[in-house]
Amino acid sequence: MDERPISPALKLLAGLMFVFLLAPLLVVVPISFSGDAYMAFPPSSWSVKWYGAIFADAKMTAAFSISLLLALVVTLLSLLLGLPAAYALVRLKPPGAEAIGSLFTAPLLLPTIVLGLAILLVFAPLGLLGTFQGLVIAHLIVTLPYAVRVLSTALATLPIPVEEAASTLGAPPLTVFFRVTLPMMRSGMISTAALCFLVSFDEVVLSLFMTGPRISTLPVAMYHHVEQQADPMVAALSVLLVVLTLVVVVVVDRTAGLAKTFVK
Amino acid sequence: MSAAPALPAAPARLDSGAMSGTRVAMLLLVPIALVNAVGFLWPVVNLLKMSFRESQATGALLDTYSLATWSAVLQDSFNLELITNSVGVSLFITLLTLLASYPIALYLHRSSGLWKTILLVLVIAPLLTSAVVRTYGWIAILSSRGLVANALMFFGMANPPRLMFNLTGVVIGLTEILMPYMILALLSGFGRLDPKFEEAALTLGATPMKTFWRVVVPLTLPGMALGCLLCFVLAISSFVTPKLLSGGRVFLLATEIYDQAIVTLNWPLAATLSMIVLVLFGIALVIYTRALRAIV
Repeated sequence: MDERPISPALKLLAGLMFVFLLAPLLVVVPISFSGDAYMAFPPSSWSVKWYGAIFADAKMTAAFSISLLLALVVTLLSLLLGLPAAYALVRLKPPGAEAIGSLFTAPLLLPTIVLGLAILLVFAPLGLLGTFQGLVIAHLIVTLPYAVRVLSTALATLPIPVEEAASTLGAPPLTVFFRVTLPMMRSGMISTAALCFLVSFDEVVLSLFMTGPRISTLPVAMYHHVEQQADPMVAALSVLLVVLTLVVVVVVDRTAGLAKTFVK
Repeated sequence: MSAAPALPAAPARLDSGAMSGTRVAMLLLVPIALVNAVGFLWPVVNLLKMSFRESQATGALLDTYSLATWSAVLQDSFNLELITNSVGVSLFITLLTLLASYPIALYLHRSSGLWKTILLVLVIAPLLTSAVVRTYGWIAILSSRGLVANALMFFGMANPPRLMFNLTGVVIGLTEILMPYMILALLSGFGRLDPKFEEAALTLGATPMKTFWRVVVPLTLPGMALGCLLCFVLAISSFVTPKLLSGGRVFLLATEIYDQAIVTLNWPLAATLSMIVLVLFGIALVIYTRALRAIV
């Protein structure tokens, strides 16, 4: 297909808008190496002391451990709950499969501020606020739709003849699933895991409703920190988070292939 | 005697085979359905009920239901202003997001190869970054010791304008936060933009400006409509960026829902405001569907 040449005016305009789009991410890096006691841009001196400050901050390190554990538990549960559901919806096609499928993705249609309030009102009387279990359930509500969606797509695109061959050769259904279907779904499972992990680890609005003085996640701790004082420590944390996201993305790329994962 | 019962037995067994397929499916769906019921269906129904729940002046909830909270919200000038302000600000942000995203989307659509991939990654990268991080970046740019203020003072301005803790900051920050969604929505609609149409217009003597307004823009209207719906919905329900960039000085629906739920503990009011957000979503969706039918 022949392409239209791009006019200089469009190039200039697009370039300016790209600068605007990336500006907040770009300024964070130099500020994280600030030597000042407060946030200023450009910093008047340079150091790595704010990276050290993160590890000296008991609140932040505790919140980081909670977030990491929470994201891992939520990811595992999303796979454990999402895989049977996807299998049932795609392969067994019970009556009303489509309606059930859209019910499972419905939570994504609600804004998290409304969903968070709705969950708060139910969890408060149950004593689930400020607990790890409460956070797990709240996060599952927003990760499960992705899990069911991505796993369903992965299942639907598998070559069925391979499974039929295994069946014909005498493998019982469970053996077919665990020895044939599951290994073929490897890249779909990895993408789902990565997506659920990132969604849970970055989730802030739902967590703001669920956390309390006893338990906090990293995004919530950062939110409250910025609310009170926007010092360069948050910049250092932000850089670490961006690096963590990059690591997850690279791992997915190496094991499952990014193109296969996000470009569907 | 042995053959007679065997005949009806055969279809019965087939039936039970089909039943068991459905039964297995139901069994596989039970765990996720339970989580969905506890964490989604029940809370949403309860939220709707809460908006009709009566409460005493002290804030204690009563077991009776009425339209009291709804009529109070719709008669209170602060809340009405809150709703109209939120809609107005969200519409304005949506428009700015469209204007800022369009050149990027068009540029991306016209590039190719590795360069296009790199640009696409740059568009998606902010999406993978927490809103708290990006908002913090905006604080670094807009605050009184930030990039813009320091640059303006460097060029001799004694009193740079206040860009944060007001509506200006919220608008700038949210526009940037929403740009990736708009760009991706625009790109999804740019498939209709065949370069041949533009070439035809140019060959027939139209100026590049005229070609843009008469050919490119009309063909990309569906993508614009989708992006605007998405950004309006996200703008009116966004919480983190407005709260941090306004420092609590700008009152919008989403920030008010949180304050009423967590600070004031007026749950019926928070629930009613949430329902109003959902009603606004519905209205936006209806307008989008109508607009799309008019365009295509």
